[in-house]
Amino acid sequence: MKKNGNQPSQLREGILASLPIFIGYIPVAVTFGLLAKSTGVTLLETFLFSALVFAGASQFMALQLIQMGVSPIQIIAVTFIMNFRHFLMSSYLSTFFPEPNHFLLPFISFGVTDESFAYLATRKEHPGHHFVLGLQYSAYVSWVGGTLIGFLAGAIIPRTLQVSMGLALYALFIAILIPEVKKSVPAAITAITGGLIHSLLTRSKYFSSGWNIIIAILVAAGVGSLLMNEKEGEDQ
Amino acid sequence: MNAILLILGMMVVTYIPRYLPFLAFSRRQTPRLVKRFLRCIPYAALGALILPGAVTAIPSYPLVAMVGIAAAIICAWIRKEIILTVLISVTVTFLILSILKI
Repeated sequence: MKKNGNQPSQLREGILASLPIFIGYIPVAVTFGLLAKSTGVTLLETFLFSALVFAGASQFMALQLIQMGVSPIQIIAVTFIMNFRHFLMSSYLSTFFPEPNHFLLPFISFGVTDESFAYLATRKEHPGHHFVLGLQYSAYVSWVGGTLIGFLAGAIIPRTLQVSMGLALYALFIAILIPEVKKSVPAAITAITGGLIHSLLTRSKYFSSGWNIIIAILVAAGVGSLLMNEKEGEDQ
Repeated sequence: MNAILLILGMMVVTYIPRYLPFLAFSRRQTPRLVKRFLRCIPYAALGALILPGAVTAIPSYPLVAMVGIAAAIICAWIRKEIILTVLISVTVTFLILSILKI
């Protein structure tokens, strides 16, 4: 069962744990703000993109498509496909929270991102609601704040630093994955399968990129569930 | 105005897949096979999030990106602190790019 430690301290722990994500988001968000400005999106719209959509890759995609003159309906359709991977992530995270009517779930689900998911999903014990909120919304502040900084002052950040920061989120994923892989061979095979399938699909350009990652995750998780033994399949 | 409608539309189609599973899956006991499948999603997703994106993270310099990735892997293998891995990987990349004057 979950420990119901006191809520403020859970919240604080969550915020502390978010530090790597907080730092990792800033350069990406700054780039988004900078790019939005150069695309001709207003400050308010740029802010709303990050504050309401809160899904980086699709926001960048939207800017590109706006510039190409693609219709809003099509952009929304692509966004749906691109962000549908969160359905899979939420499916996993939902197993932490047995009460579907808990009033915090709408907020927790809004905060589901690749990064917060990756962190939460590999923790040993199930986190409480307030820990998750602290983690997610600290990352949210960084994402929205970074966007505004990028729009207003992005040009002052040296280009080389901006480019190198492009690796930050990948380093974050690697840092989360490696300890898991060291513990479990099926986990390693699952991750490698996911990466390989995603690479092959990306290269083949047969599906759009939003589908690629969904297919890769589904197939790799399928392979993984065959490899995991009963014990690993259970909750600790 | 049009842009705001676009953003609202994007918000809705992004939010629904994020929220629905919390209603559906937490409701009752999930069968063991589904549970095992869900349990594998984090690893599958991490693999797919890292590859192939990481290799192209530094536009037009995949080799530099790979050195940065290697630094991250080595660091994560030795120490568990996530923040350390992120900082070292970015610093190594930054130093290489600076030395090469890219």
